Amino acid sequence: MWRLLNLNAYPHRRILVAVTLLMSSLLITPHVAAQDTPLISGGVGFFTSTNGGNTTYVPTISPVLVAPLGQHLLVESRANLIELFFPKPPGQSGYTSEPFLSLAYLQLDYLATSHLTVVGGEFLTPFGTYNERLTPIWISNFQDAPLITSLGTGTGSSVGGMLRGSAISTPKFSIDYAAYFSTESTNMQFNAERSTGGRVSIYLPEKRLELGTSYGRLLQGTQQNYFGAHAWWEPANTGFKLRSEYAHGAHSQGYWVETDYRLSRFGGDQSLIGRLEPVFRWQQTFRNSPDPTDGLPAADTQRTDFGLDYHLPHEVRINTSYARQFSSTGNHNVWETGIVYRFLFPTWKGK
Amino acid sequence: MTILPSFAQTSSTPSTPATSNMRQNKSASKQAVHQSDDGQRVFDQNCSRCHNAPQGFSPHISGTIVRHMRVRASLSKEDEQALLRFLNP
Ligand code: HEC
Repeated sequence: MWRLLNLNAYPHRRILVAVTLLMSSLLITPHVAAQDTPLISGGVGFFTSTNGGNTTYVPTISPVLVAPLGQHLLVESRANLIELFFPKPPGQSGYTSEPFLSLAYLQLDYLATSHLTVVGGEFLTPFGTYNERLTPIWISNFQDAPLITSLGTGTGSSVGGMLRGSAISTPKFSIDYAAYFSTESTNMQFNAERSTGGRVSIYLPEKRLELGTSYGRLLQGTQQNYFGAHAWWEPANTGFKLRSEYAHGAHSQGYWVETDYRLSRFGGDQSLIGRLEPVFRWQQTFRNSPDPTDGLPAADTQRTDFGLDYHLPHEVRINTSYARQFSSTGNHNVWETGIVYRFLFPTWKGK
Repeated sequence: MTILPSFAQTSSTPSTPATSNMRQNKSASKQAVHQSDDGQRVFDQNCSRCHNAPQGFSPHISGTIVRHMRVRASLSKEDEQALLRFLNP
């Protein structure tokens, strides 16, 4: 996952990141086509999580900036600002808090053709689907990332270059690819491992079925390979979604399957019932040999998450979930609730 | 589900909502019908795969959004243009 930065320890970093983001937006001249105004989007949320009797509160803001520079260049960036409130250590009463800031990505895209986009900078590592697609707080159904998330994605972000695009796109199917190279970076904001890899997926729009496979190779320390596969099926006009992913590393492997069902058939998706969306996730991880660095549990683990999302008007969503995790090192329950507002607006009013 | 009604309801900009433009398009010529239907198809088939389709947004950022999403949704050049016409007729 992204390297979280403790702002108490590094207060000047906060300014650095703010300035970087501001600079990139100032680079843009206002003389852009009417439809190409830079945008600010993202989510603001308040989350609570009760794990083994301890409750933490996490107000979060996660802004995204997207700014076209002329016809072929695009700057995109996402930051996460979090204030973590957690109980004081045993023996003391009350709560203490710590702010964190992380930059998920800050990249420059060169849109060469509809088949090729060249990316440079810090970008989300293209392995599997979760990291690139489901990490935004207004998209994910569950607060906790799947247990296998770190396999193939490392810190979540890469620093280097990537080629990606739509290899072929017809009304019956489309194939897209991504291939990247990342250098090792220990910089606080741009934390990444030396690695390479990529992903290929095929999407059948009529069936709404997507199948894909990913490969990654860690090029530092003990070099190792990662393999991944994903399948997403979201049949049209049913409100049903099935998303799943498998990842294999040198010392562990695992998978997750998530289904959700928006109850829009009961009076439409704006009705009292139609705003409800039960969600369910099942996951398993298997450990072949010890590796304290791969991010997966030390022993074989199973976890079930049951959740309920409620979609309020004006892009506000309430999520609640209960999870039970089983493993030989102990079983535990996790209760989570959250409210998220998704925002999206132009940086200025165009003509 | 079509997104047109929700665009018309939630569009916060003073410009003409997508719906009325689409209707004009449709009555204008057969060609236009095809184009706008293509845009609707591209939108329906791609834009709620990873997240709920946006309920509405200012036409000033439709080009920026399509550029941001075109790789993610693996859009061909034709799809991209049809989608832009659909979002911003
Ligand atoms: C493969 C997944 C995927 C597909 C397909 C996709 N999106 Fe997105 N979309 C995302 C992700 C991920 C984000 C959030 C970006 C972030 O937070 O870093 C996003 C963000 C957005 C936003 C917020 C503004 C922005 O640009 O970030 C809008 C609006 C949007 N998408 C519209 C669309 C439309 C319209 C389509 C259809 C062409 C589409 N999306 C298809 C994954 C996808």
